[in-house]
Amino acid sequence: MSSIECLLIEDNPGDVELTRESLKHGRIRNNLHVVEDGEQALDYLFQRGEYANTLLPDIILLDLNLPKIDGREVLRALKTDSRRRHIPVIILSSSEAAQDIQESYRLHANCFISKPVQLNDFIKAVQMIETFWIDIVHLPTLPVE
Amino acid sequence: MEVQPIDILLIEDNPGDIELVRAAFEEARAYNHLTVINDGQEAVEFFEKGEAAPDLILLDINLPKVNGFEVLQKIRATQKGKNFPVVILSSSEIELDINRSYSQYTDHFITKPVDFDKFIAVVKSIGKFWLSVVKLPEKKE
Repeated sequence: MSSIECLLIEDNPGDVELTRESLKHGRIRNNLHVVEDGEQALDYLFQRGEYANTLLPDIILLDLNLPKIDGREVLRALKTDSRRRHIPVIILSSSEAAQDIQESYRLHANCFISKPVQLNDFIKAVQMIETFWIDIVHLPTLPVE
Repeated sequence: MEVQPIDILLIEDNPGDIELVRAAFEEARAYNHLTVINDGQEAVEFFEKGEAAPDLILLDINLPKVNGFEVLQKIRATQKGKNFPVVILSSSEIELDINRSYSQYTDHFITKPVDFDKFIAVVKSIGKFWLSVVKLPEKKE
């Protein structure tokens, strides 16, 4: 099976490490790319500057509260771009606010997950994302106009 | 993780598949109410009327009258339909169908397994994922 390029957009180093450690599948774990703020995320996703030759990810894990450019802006930019809007975005945020959840779906996030506070629950949540999105879901390969 | 019961709308014309989905959700105790719509035209009318909104929609692609892509597009064009999750559950494995679904903002695409036990397992996984892992949007805005 081919590998899956996953982009994790997360500024909290603890959460980055925990997410990496929680991933079990080599297919995704070995191809986990991390950017730490919204500006870097947009450069990566729109293949600018140092990311000019980077492949677009197959799936994105996005935090909402990010330095420089907010996660909601990253989501909006991605989901309104005809060549990128097909890429699934999983919001992984510490927020549980109804407004954040609502807005994320309105901006076409593919699902919203609140980061569990407990360590074990966090690990379990990442593994459930992985199992569901890798083993059960068919991921897209290309956009369709 | 606790499972919250929710309202699910199934848009599906195959009676066998409807029964399987119902059985799987019942076994998972995963819904309050399952509404079934059997063709695309009826589904479009349901959303255009803008009455009760479900928490989660399971949508087939090959539907009588109006196909699933058109239904998806129409749902996403309505005020309420922008927000709630639409999951494609189709017998198709065609890459173009998968890609088109995501480009039209399906939340995810799942191919119906042919095998009975696998079908039940997949529907249960959908229930488990959306009901115990994900935060769903509120229905009112």
